[in-house]
Parts: sequence; C-alpha cells; structure tokens
Amino acid sequence: MIYLEIFGTFFQIGLCSVGGGYVILPLMQSQIVESKHWLTMREFADLVSLSQMTPGPIAINAATFVGMKMGGPMGAVMATAGSVAPSCVIVLALAHFYQKYKNLGRIQGIFRGLRPGVAALIASAGLSMIVLTFWGGEGFAWPPQNIDILAVPLFAACLFLLRRFKFNPILTMLGAGLAGLAAGFFQAGG
Amino acid sequence: MRSRETLSLYGKLFLSTFVISAVTFGGGYVIISIMKKKYVEELKWLEDKEMLEMTALAQACPGIITVNTSILVGHRMAGVPGALLTMLGAVTPPFLALMIISLFYAAFREQYLVGRFLWGMQAGAAALLADVVFSMCKNVLSQKSWADNIVLAASFAAVFFLKINAVWIILACAAFGLFFRRADPEKQKRSAAP
Repeated sequence: MIYLEIFGTFFQIGLCSVGGGYVILPLMQSQIVESKHWLTMREFADLVSLSQMTPGPIAINAATFVGMKMGGPMGAVMATAGSVAPSCVIVLALAHFYQKYKNLGRIQGIFRGLRPGVAALIASAGLSMIVLTFWGGEGFAWPPQNIDILAVPLFAACLFLLRRFKFNPILTMLGAGLAGLAAGFFQAGG
Repeated sequence: MRSRETLSLYGKLFLSTFVISAVTFGGGYVIISIMKKKYVEELKWLEDKEMLEMTALAQACPGIITVNTSILVGHRMAGVPGALLTMLGAVTPPFLALMIISLFYAAFREQYLVGRFLWGMQAGAAALLADVVFSMCKNVLSQKSWADNIVLAASFAAVFFLKINAVWIILACAAFGLFFRRADPEKQKRSAAP
C-alpha cells in the first residue's frame, strides 16, 4: 500500500518538524532520500531550489512533489494530508488547554534542548547541498580536482549578497538561475 | 440549515488564508506580519495580543507555523469546521503550484537549459541555507552554554557523518530538553558555569 506508506512517512516528518520551516530539510533528507530512496540527492536539491520560488511553506511543497512522484495526484493528497495531520490534532488540542500550558517550564525546556539540535541538523542539510553544488553527484573529494569552478564563485556571490546586503532571497535565487542559464548558453556556444 | 452569516464567515476564512498563502513566497516569518495586517487591522477579528499569543502557540507546536496559525484563527472564529477550512485554504495554493511544477519537472528536467537554470538556482539555494545556518549557529554559540555546544556538535556528527535519521536526533534533543533543561536563563547560566 504505497498511499499508506506515503501518509505514514509524511506524518512522521510533520510530527518532528519543530523549530521553524527549514528543519523539514534534514528530516526529508534522512527519510525520503537516504532511507526510502524516493528522491535522489539531485532531485532533493532541485526541490529545495524550486520551493524558494513557489508560494506557501516548503513542507507542503515537498510533500506534494514527493507524493506526485511516488503515487500521482492521490499520492500528493496523502503526503500533504500526512504532513499536516499531526499539527492539526496537536494545535486544536492545545488551543483548548492553552491557558494551562502557557508558561510551563517543561515545554520551554524542550525547546531549549531542541534549539542546538535543530541548528545542527539544518547545518548538515546545508552542507550536503553545498557539497552537491561544488562536486556534483560525485561527493566530497580532496584535492578538489573535479570541483565545479563556476559554482563556487556563484555560491560566494549569492552568500555575500544575502549576508552583507540582506538581499531579497527570491531575487537572489532568480539571479543565480539566470546566471546558470547564461553560463549554459556560453558553454553551448563555445 | 446554516445561516447566511455562518456561510459568509466560512467563505471569508477559506479565502483569506488561501490568498495569504498564495502570495507568500518561500515561507518563513513574513507571513505572520501579513496575517496580522489582515486579521487584526483589516477584518478586526482579533486583537493584537491575541494574534501574538496564537503565533507563539503555533511556533510551540510541531508542524508548519503558517498552517498552525491558520488553524488557530479558524478555530477561534468558527470552531473545528473553521479550523479545517483555514487549514485547507493555507495548503491549497502550494499544493496546486507543486502539482503543476512536478508535471513540468518530469517532462523538462533533462533539457540542457532547464538543467543549467536549476544548477544556478541550486548554488543560490545553497547560499541561502548557508546564510540561515550561520545565523542559527551564531545564535546557539552566543549563549555560551557547554551543554548546548556539545548537543550542537554531537547532533551534527550523528546526522552528517554517521547518517543517523534526523527523526531520532529530534526526539533525543526533545527528551534531553524535557529532563535536563528549564526555561529560566539565570538558572541556565549557573548550571553552565564550569
């Protein structure tokens, strides 16, 4: 039953998505790429890029994309339903008991414990993306003979714009895509 | 038989979350200020303080902050049916967008120029993630807590080198926080001192 498996997998991801939108990335990489093999690392990277340019949260984008690939439109529905089901139940339950839990030290303690872990997980997913960008599908290698000499300056330029000038992320991504397109024309022509 | 007002409220709930979700790109915290503008200032459904409390609760729950906040607004205005409607409203735009994209993706990924465009975007996305990671890690390290720094290093090693499933690391960190952490920052400093 692929539909049930899709629902269950995204239910787990939805349940563990704590501490901000980007935590979905390491969870997806572990569950979808490394354990289920539903996406390749390249497809995962494409999905992350495309998600920055489309409306709505990354988690829904990812669920729809993976669901479509594994089970068509019905798969997309199951994946999306799975990823929002846990929060639906928990949020509604807590809305009833809100006053009680408002200042509970234990809940805040959980968040203190999670913060460094979530930062580490996102760092890991980010580093995997950088390795893929620099070395392509072959993975990290030193000395970096097979490094993509165009990707490194493009990455550096984007990071500089984002950090130094707080440049709009969507425009940065679009510019990077156009730069890639220009490089493609140049390489095809030369 | 539902009254006309209830139906019109249902319609407004669905439409407002649909539009907010459709015009917000890349997700993140921008959406919270857009929601505040819509529900507090324009429709006057909520007070400023209420909206803040809802956002805080939405962040404290697992799942997507936008969807969680939408559920809370719907629940506050029209109970469980309202919550389901706002959830559907928030989920539908990205769902439709990605349905279309995944069809095109399957058909065009192997085209040379599409590949080059995605290659460039990937460098941009990697930079965007690096930017986020810098800020998050700086935030953790600035706390100067030994326990936090060890959790940071250990979690990174576990997922990046040992390929341990991120689900287990989240659960382990949550359990660690539950048993060994309290919110009080003063206590935090004392226990962190060597």
